[in-house]
Amino acid sequence: MLRTGRWITAIALVLLAGVYVRALLYTPVEASQGLAQKIFYLHVPAAIWAETAMILVGLASVVYLFTKDPRLDRFAASSAEVGTVFCAIVLTSGPIWGKPIWGTWWTWDARLTLTLFLFLIYVAYLLLRSAVMDPATRARFAAVLGICGMCEVPFIHLSVYMFPTLHPMPIILQPGRPKLPGSMLTTWLLSLGVFTLLYVGFVVQRYALSYLREQLEAVGGEVGHA
Amino acid sequence: MRLPDVLRHSWVLAAKDLRVEFRSRTAILSAVVFVILAFVVFNFGRDPTAVPNVALAPSILWVTFTLAAILALNRAFHLELENHALDGLLLAPIDRSSIYLGKLIANLVFVATFELIGVPLLMLFFNVRLLPYLAPLVLLIALATIGFVAVGTLFSAMTVRTRFAELLLPVLLLPFMILPLSWGVQATVRLLAGRPLSEIAGWLNMLAVYDIVFVGLALLLFPATVSE
Repeated sequence: MLRTGRWITAIALVLLAGVYVRALLYTPVEASQGLAQKIFYLHVPAAIWAETAMILVGLASVVYLFTKDPRLDRFAASSAEVGTVFCAIVLTSGPIWGKPIWGTWWTWDARLTLTLFLFLIYVAYLLLRSAVMDPATRARFAAVLGICGMCEVPFIHLSVYMFPTLHPMPIILQPGRPKLPGSMLTTWLLSLGVFTLLYVGFVVQRYALSYLREQLEAVGGEVGHA
Repeated sequence: MRLPDVLRHSWVLAAKDLRVEFRSRTAILSAVVFVILAFVVFNFGRDPTAVPNVALAPSILWVTFTLAAILALNRAFHLELENHALDGLLLAPIDRSSIYLGKLIANLVFVATFELIGVPLLMLFFNVRLLPYLAPLVLLIALATIGFVAVGTLFSAMTVRTRFAELLLPVLLLPFMILPLSWGVQATVRLLAGRPLSEIAGWLNMLAVYDIVFVGLALLLFPATVSE
């Protein structure tokens, strides 16, 4: 399973390089933002998966509390870790775009704040996991926090609409036709597909790893906890 | 278990916690002193010629209350760790959610006590006129407090049994406290500027929804934090 995960990740990374070749060479340059807009193909899919991962953590946690199936706990932990990485991608690629376009690396803008919140909840989730020794207790505690995290997301969403915003409004998911040229949309959709594959690849690897760790713990081996 | 039973049990539990608190008074006195010290720190942590009191007062109020509440919440389940009192509670033939409700009520009374002392002190120290807006301000503080104490009580039941409990609780809780805190600050700023009440209705609604969602969620999730 670990090997499968590695293969999926490797293929996704190659495809990501392909998406960027397409984005840089075969997709038109945006008129007002120039080359900086190219980061959009990385930034938006990562943001979509960062948030989706949190929702999946929450859903897996809900089912875990009913079934106590350790596989769901492993999945939730894996999804949270991958979500943290995707959040980090969003939080680093955003400022790189923001500096030339907005003239500042960071602003307390609604969507930036949202991603930061998400990142902090992920970090808290991972810290809680590392602070509990007993696997069953760890899984239950993590599930409780995961569910609370999922329920917090709509509040953050609502809340950010009450703040003034500089961030570009959604271009693709909006009523009516997407307002961008077809070739840009194709590139973006390809990128979203690649990020989906990356998420799956990372989660499968991480899942296999925590399974191996649990096996080792069961026979009394000394490992760092996850 | 029927609702009246749950309420009765949780009241017994809350009364026990408050009685313990009232007899020793160490925790509540420490919390009050903490609030006073936080105000003093804020006073020295700013340039009084650059920032007027009335502009900073909402931030001072909310940041102080948030931090003091975290300190108070650490205490709630710590009480039950001594002599394995928590095991006794869990063995009692009562619903798990009444344990949560009891702790929530005790924590709310505890936090409300130092908030009750904090508000007049804020008026005194920073010379802000709060009296004309007292009723909406109290409503605002009450709604926000219920929100973060509800989440905090749930989380402190978990963190108390981990390593670094005192450090882990703020790390888990602050991402959940920032939202009610920010709504509270926004509404307080408008109140102090003498804006009409209709302008803060949006934030009051958000706080009320937050309270309902998280108290309900915590009631459902609490059994998972204590079951062995």
